[in-house]
Amino acid sequence: MTAFAAALGRELRLAIREPGEAAAAVMFFVLATMLFPFGVGPEANLLARIAAGVLWVAALLAAMLSLERLFLGDYEDGSFEILALAPLPLSLIVGAKMLAHWLTTCIPLIVATPLMAVLLDLDTGGYFALVAAMALGTPTISLVGGVGAALTLGARRGGMLLSVLVLPLLIPVLIFGAGAVDAALAGHAVRQQLMVLAAMFLAASALCPWAAAAAVRQALE
Amino acid sequence: MFPTGQPWNKSAGAVSRVGPANARFAVNRPDTHPAIRFSGRALACVRGDRAVFSGLDFALDAGEVLTLTGPNGSGKSSLLRTMAGLLPPVSGAIEWEGANIAEDREAHAARLHYVGHLDAVKLALTVAENLRFWSAVRPDGGDIQPALEQFGISALADLPARFLSAGQRRRLALARIAVSKAPLWLLDEPTVALDSEGIAAVHAAIRNHCAEGGSCVVSTNAPLDLPDAKGLDLVRHGMGAGGRA
Amino acid sequence: MSGLHRFASPARFLRLADRIQPWTAWTAAILIGAGLAVGFGFSPPDYQQGDTVRIMYVHVPSAWMALFCYAAMAVCAAAGLIWRHPLAHVIAHGAAPIGACFTIVCLATGMLWGKPMWGRWWAWDARLTSVLILLFLYLGYIALANAFDNTTRGDRSSAILALVGAVNLPVIKFSVDWWNTLHQPASVTRIGAPAIHSSMLTPLLLMAAGFMCLFATLLFIRVRAALLERRLRALRHARAHAPPAGGMDTGTTLS
Repeated sequence: MTAFAAALGRELRLAIREPGEAAAAVMFFVLATMLFPFGVGPEANLLARIAAGVLWVAALLAAMLSLERLFLGDYEDGSFEILALAPLPLSLIVGAKMLAHWLTTCIPLIVATPLMAVLLDLDTGGYFALVAAMALGTPTISLVGGVGAALTLGARRGGMLLSVLVLPLLIPVLIFGAGAVDAALAGHAVRQQLMVLAAMFLAASALCPWAAAAAVRQALE
Repeated sequence: MFPTGQPWNKSAGAVSRVGPANARFAVNRPDTHPAIRFSGRALACVRGDRAVFSGLDFALDAGEVLTLTGPNGSGKSSLLRTMAGLLPPVSGAIEWEGANIAEDREAHAARLHYVGHLDAVKLALTVAENLRFWSAVRPDGGDIQPALEQFGISALADLPARFLSAGQRRRLALARIAVSKAPLWLLDEPTVALDSEGIAAVHAAIRNHCAEGGSCVVSTNAPLDLPDAKGLDLVRHGMGAGGRA
Repeated sequence: MSGLHRFASPARFLRLADRIQPWTAWTAAILIGAGLAVGFGFSPPDYQQGDTVRIMYVHVPSAWMALFCYAAMAVCAAAGLIWRHPLAHVIAHGAAPIGACFTIVCLATGMLWGKPMWGRWWAWDARLTSVLILLFLYLGYIALANAFDNTTRGDRSSAILALVGAVNLPVIKFSVDWWNTLHQPASVTRIGAPAIHSSMLTPLLLMAAGFMCLFATLLFIRVRAALLERRLRALRHARAHAPPAGGMDTGTTLS
């Protein structure tokens, strides 16, 4: 556990020293969301209707942007070789990095989401569901995206490839994340959607660090 | 994928026999295991679609140094990575005290330190932070101060690593192996980018490690000041004729 | 050399493939020909859908094949990861574009069927949407498999992806069904309705068996080409690194 804490602390320290990456993801999120009113027109009803979907899609794309760098730094500077040779499971280190990604990238996105929802005229009934769904859904993005990031280490056009691999796999998160907000707006309970998102998160947290560690290990061969 | 027919696979590889360990290197030698401590048999390595070496044997005992020499592309780094367990051999087996290293990867990782071509230095962190992390991921990781002093970088401890020169970064990478104990050192061209003082520190560290009963495999293109080291020549084309040491 | 079994079995596979392939090719031609003849000539038109129903004889078997190819790919990927056998990866890579083509055929016929049925080419029907996502899983796999200079890396990375995708497919299917029932009125006719008269079942099964044989034939061709390509690359490397004077038997002792 000390090794996990050390790895997490190292990632957080790096993120604080170089805050540009998390900031870039949030900037992308804000800009991408802002483009929609220009594209579809500023009519309040329409924007309120599509707000949840737009915010979820923008958050997904913003996370993709930052996931590319998740393992690349440690892969390129040789840290992963040493970590793979440390007497502890590599999945632990990989899991720490995924958690750090969620803390440094997804939490700022979750914080920015209600603000952007205001710009899109989301009905007040949807805010709780939106933030709750984001909080439960974004860890899955970090986990599944981490597997994609590990698989594309050293690949040609790695960043583009990452989105192609990961986005189809994250469609369920999008469906239930946006579905939770729709249900809340229609006055239904959102428990079911949140439970499904939580189940996806639990399943992903059991499988993804392990799969990503296997991918990293074969990338080092 | 199918590297049959390459001309060096028949009698390839260099065999270094284990001689009696030199007295200076055998102090405190733990003689609990009569067998050779670290050995490899009939190792073959394929990178991409190319056979790098095959039929390679090596053996190393406590207190001994094995130097790997050979031209670029002859497989020195691949052999070290195979020894470390990063790269599974295509054929053959590597054993530590009679047990195949592939059986317990974590146990093998716990007993070795590996320094590759890359320094594994995070530029945004200070020298001390870098080293403290590498100490924390080892269960027996100790104080970083002696390691910094051993490689002459204690004055740089609070400097972000991005301001280090290439040689100073190399010293930091090497200091990593001094913060925790491991009986086996695998060093891939450790003296690259180092000045004479740094090279002397590396040689002193290796001698000291062996004097305490450790083993060390070093790949190098420059002559080392380790007169008692055993050699393993990976000269690719010479393997058939005169590769056997 | 103890690693020789690695090279022997592709050769054995090639010999086996050479023997079986003419049979699968002819069987595929006969079955597909018979299926098309029965389906378009002798089977009755649907009382509701008319002749449009005949699209089903291509659409449904290709949907089955799309799923079957992915399953075969995932099984081969797992075998390749577990036993580190290169042939398994070669087969998985060979199956992927064939599966992608079946998926595209399935989507195209589905859209042709959708125009007269729903009045639009693409109605975000749950099944077709799932198949579309499957197509993207195939494309991602193919892209990843070809994104590395090192063949081994491409093999392993794409194998892990195939397994992750296989685990995810049921989740995607479930999510898309849920999403679809939420957003679509239930009255929409679904493609490939389960109640099928036996006169329609015969051409359907003929076509399915024919597609299976076609898949086997194409897979043999692709695997043979891939094996030869890898061998060629190995020869090039052997020549690049061979001793200049050593006139040894480079290239003549392969397999």
